Formats: sequence, C-alpha cells, structure tokens
Amino acid sequence: MTTAPRTKEAAPAPDRAGARLPGPRAARPSRRTPRRRTGSAWTPWLYLLPALVVLGGLLVYPIYQLGLISFLEYTQAQVSGGEPTTFQGLGNYRELFADPQFWQVLLATVLFAAACVLATLAVGCALAVLLTRIRALPRLALMLAALGAWATPAVTGSTVWVFLFDPDYGPVNRVLGLGDFSWTYGRYSAFALVLFEVVWCSFPFVMVTVYAGIKAIPSEVLEAAALDGASQWRIWRSVTAPMLRPILVVVTIQSIIWDFKVFTQIYVMTGGGGIAGQNLVLNVYAYQKAFASSQYSLGSAIGVVMLLILLTVTLVYLRLIRRQGEEL
Amino acid sequence: MSSTGFRIRIRRPGRLAAEAAALLVAAAVAFPLYWMVLSAFKPAGEVQSTNPRPWTLSPSLDSFRRVFEQQEFGRYFLNSLVVASAVVLASAVIAFLAATAVTRFRFRFRTTLLIMFLVAQMVPIEALTIPLFFLMRDFGQLNTLGSLILPHIAFSLPFAIWMLRGFVKAVPEALEEQAMIDGAGRTRFLWQILFPLVFPGLVATSVFSFISTWNDFLFAKSFLISDTSQSTLPMALLVFFKPDENDWGGIMAGSTVMTIPVLVFFVLVQRRLVSGLGGAVKD
Repeated sequence: MTTAPRTKEAAPAPDRAGARLPGPRAARPSRRTPRRRTGSAWTPWLYLLPALVVLGGLLVYPIYQLGLISFLEYTQAQVSGGEPTTFQGLGNYRELFADPQFWQVLLATVLFAAACVLATLAVGCALAVLLTRIRALPRLALMLAALGAWATPAVTGSTVWVFLFDPDYGPVNRVLGLGDFSWTYGRYSAFALVLFEVVWCSFPFVMVTVYAGIKAIPSEVLEAAALDGASQWRIWRSVTAPMLRPILVVVTIQSIIWDFKVFTQIYVMTGGGGIAGQNLVLNVYAYQKAFASSQYSLGSAIGVVMLLILLTVTLVYLRLIRRQGEEL
Repeated sequence: MSSTGFRIRIRRPGRLAAEAAALLVAAAVAFPLYWMVLSAFKPAGEVQSTNPRPWTLSPSLDSFRRVFEQQEFGRYFLNSLVVASAVVLASAVIAFLAATAVTRFRFRFRTTLLIMFLVAQMVPIEALTIPLFFLMRDFGQLNTLGSLILPHIAFSLPFAIWMLRGFVKAVPEALEEQAMIDGAGRTRFLWQILFPLVFPGLVATSVFSFISTWNDFLFAKSFLISDTSQSTLPMALLVFFKPDENDWGGIMAGSTVMTIPVLVFFVLVQRRLVSGLGGAVKD
C-alpha cells in the first residue's frame, strides 16, 4: 500500500504553477523554487494517503460506529442477525444514566485516575529533583531501575504486584506483619494495590521527562538568582517551576489520559473488576457490559461518555499549548 | 555534573543522604522485577511457601518447562513477535511518509491535519473495542493476528507522525536542494537520503509502537475469542490463574519470558528513546 504513492508522484502535474499557497514560506520564495519544480500540489497528499486511509478506516470510522451503536438496540439477538436493529434515540443513555452503578463507576474512575495522576506526578517530580542532586553512579542505578519498571508490560506488572501482595505467599504482608490480609478483598485496599502498580510503571516517564527539563535550564539563570540572594525554595518557586511549566503540562495531561483509561491493571489485578464489581472503572465496565453480557449498545454509550471526557481534556491541552505560543 | 555545579553546592552529608535515598528507591523500584525473576527460578515448593525468602539455593527450570511445554509459550511468543514487528514496520514507513508531508510541504489543511493527529493520540482506543470487534468480524479477521495488527498500526500512527516531525524537520533543506541539483528525483531523495537520516528517530518511535503492541491485552482478549493457537503472550499468561490455586511459578516464568525481551530492547535503545522523547516534548 505504501509503495503506490511514490511511483505516481514522479510525473509532474500540470497545475503546479498555480499551486503555491500563501503562507509564511511565500515570503522567501527564491530558496523554495527548485524544490517546487519537481513536485506538485498533490505530492504531500500522496505521502499522506496511506496514513489517512489507515486512520480513516480504523479510527474515524470506528468512532462513527461507536456513536451509531450507542443509539441502537444492539444485543446478542441483533448481532447474530436474528432480530432487526432498531433506533433507540437516547434510550441507551437514559438507561445508563438511570443506573446508579454507572454514576458510582464514573465517580470511582475520576477519583482513581486523579489519585493516580497526583501520586505519579509527586513521585516522578520528587525523584527528578533528587536525580539532579546526586552523582553519576547512583543516578544510573535509579535510571536503570525506573527504565525497568517503565518497560514492564502492564499484564506482567499486574501479575507481579498481585503476587507481591498475595496473602499467602507474598513477601509484602510478611514484612509488614499483615498476616493473611487480602488486599483484593476490600474495595479501597484493592484500588490502592492497583494504584501502587500504576504509579510504579508510570512515574519513570514523568521522572525522565522532568529531569530532562531541569537539566535544560541554563545554570547561569540559577546562579544569577542565587547571587541575588534567593533561597533554594525561592529559586525553585520563581525560576525553575515557571520554566518547567510546559513540560509539567505535557506530563500531567499524558498522565490524566493514561490513568483515566486504565484497563489491564484493573482487569488482571482485581479479576475483572473486583468482588461484585466494586473496583470497576469505565473501561472495564464498558468491556463487561459489551462482551460479558452482550449489551453492546450500553457498552458503546459508556465508550462515548469516555471519549467525550477525554476530548474535553484534549481541548484544554490544546488551549494550553496554544497559549504558550507553540507553532504547529 | 560540572555544568550544574551551582546546584550541588550542598554540604556533603546532604548529598550522601540524597544518594542513599536514591539507591534505596532504586532497589524498591527494581524489587518487583527481581521478585518476578527469582520466583520464576524457584522450585515449586519455595514459590508456594508461606515464608518466602528473597533468594533461592536450588534454582530450577521447572516453571519455564511448564510454560513452554504445557502451554506452548513458544508459539504465543512468536505470535506476539509477528504482530509487534508487523506493526512496527508498517507504521514506521507510513508515519515517515506522513511526517515528511507535514514538515516539508506547505499546503491547505496542514495545520488542521496536525491538530487532528494530536487529537487522535488522545482517543481512548479502549472505547473503540466494540466497533472494531464488529469491523473485524465483518472482514473475517476475528481470531487472526490481523485483527491485532491493523488496529495497532492505526493507533501508533498519530504519535509516530507527531514524534517523527521533529526528526524530519532537523534535516536541512539545503541537502534536499543539493540532491535535486545532483539529479536525484524526489523518490530517490526520500528513500536514499532522507530515510537514513531520519532513521534514529524511527527507532525511538518504533519503541513506542512495539511496546504498546507487545503489551496489548484488551484487543487480544476481545478479538481472539476461540482460537487459542492465535493467542499472544498477555492472554496466554492468564491460563495460569485458576479459581482454586494460582500457579504462581508458571505466572512468574511466563511474565519473565514476556518482560525480558522488552527490557533488553529498552536498555539497548534508551539513549535514543530519551533524546527522542526530549525532542518530541520540546518540539
């Protein structure tokens, strides 16, 4: 599929003379001219074609389908072709919003994601600062350990953490003297256990990124502040933190997006959502509705709710980076 | 460290305390992985011991044998590898072309497209499991590795394009003009000059698509419903979870088999990865 565009674009298209577009580049035309000669206005689109086909077919169309199914009556009967699909309007949403479990899961998802984001950021930033204050060898040790946690697949991370906290064979209860306390039995302790794993595997991204950000701050700026008599805390608050702001925005938004849609950890560690669904989050809830009880329309409606929430986060993010004047 | 000389003008005991703390944290962070590998090598009696020790005096390969002989982990490993490699190769080529288009050409809707790629990164792919399930069913792809490859190509593309942008941009335009003057066509420039120059960026990008594909659990669970010979590693691992008694030795051995390749890969490319990440964030 990818070879098609490059055989075609060799032939110059007739309309290229009029293809120049107004824009920043038009201001300095002389350097551009030789390049324009060989291509045409269609060349970028040919290069984009494979990407657009794949994204259109496997991202945009499924989003449309998701919305559509959420408005239909779509259960096992319709899927197998036994019964015709009927349009429900907002019926599925009405059913969903009338279900107290949905609101409980939504609240749990938001609180759990918030706790994960805060913990991840706190740990990641604290360790990034720590990294700047130590010599190369301990720094390498911490970097390598973090890299290991980062690289660990979610499934294996989940299994290992469950095993570490196993009431019978795990070392954690033994060291903490908790006896045969079962972490996955209680709602909050189960969420806490998942949170530990999530923080463990996601703090490295924050740590490495923030550390790179701190290192990028010119030391002259900090020295000048110190010469002016600013305290360490004051330097951090007035110089370092503002300069780190763009990076902090990126890692925060990434963490929100990532933690809001945790699936594997909850599914594996709490056995599909905990006892009586006490540890369900939206993702797992949608999966259970759709694939365990064949209520595909309800599952899709949950998916739409999730999509809308994350879209809102994304728009906020776009506004933030726009305000920082980033050129796209 | 000399460039930040100012910041480490802390008294020695302070720095030593910081270093001790760092080493402690490093040990704690590495501990789960250590425990995983250790438990994989422990004989069955020691894994299922109510008094677990942080070492073993009689390492055994029994758990690995169980994993490979009873559960065909070799096959699942190969399936995972096929899926991840296909996604990495396809998305690298497609993303390279797209990144070239959005960085080296000015055209209408360019900025709109870039914003779309950014927004696409945020789409919760988990929410699309249901429509993708029907899509794969309609194309007869359920229970095939294709049902994992296709969606993952789509999901790794937006991020890959976004990240490669910086690398393509970094190649000086003068080089392109020079190539044209020397008589190279656009196609030739694209593949023989630009592609090798952008290759380090492709490596960094590929790490991300490899890992997200290798780790995929949800799609494997949803799309590979009845044909276990098509299973990938994350799914296969769950076989060792049993209602009565989990086979922890098997789970840890399977987890080790699944984690070590990624770990090695990560360590090998970590420099590229961190610089690529820095580039992507900065850009």
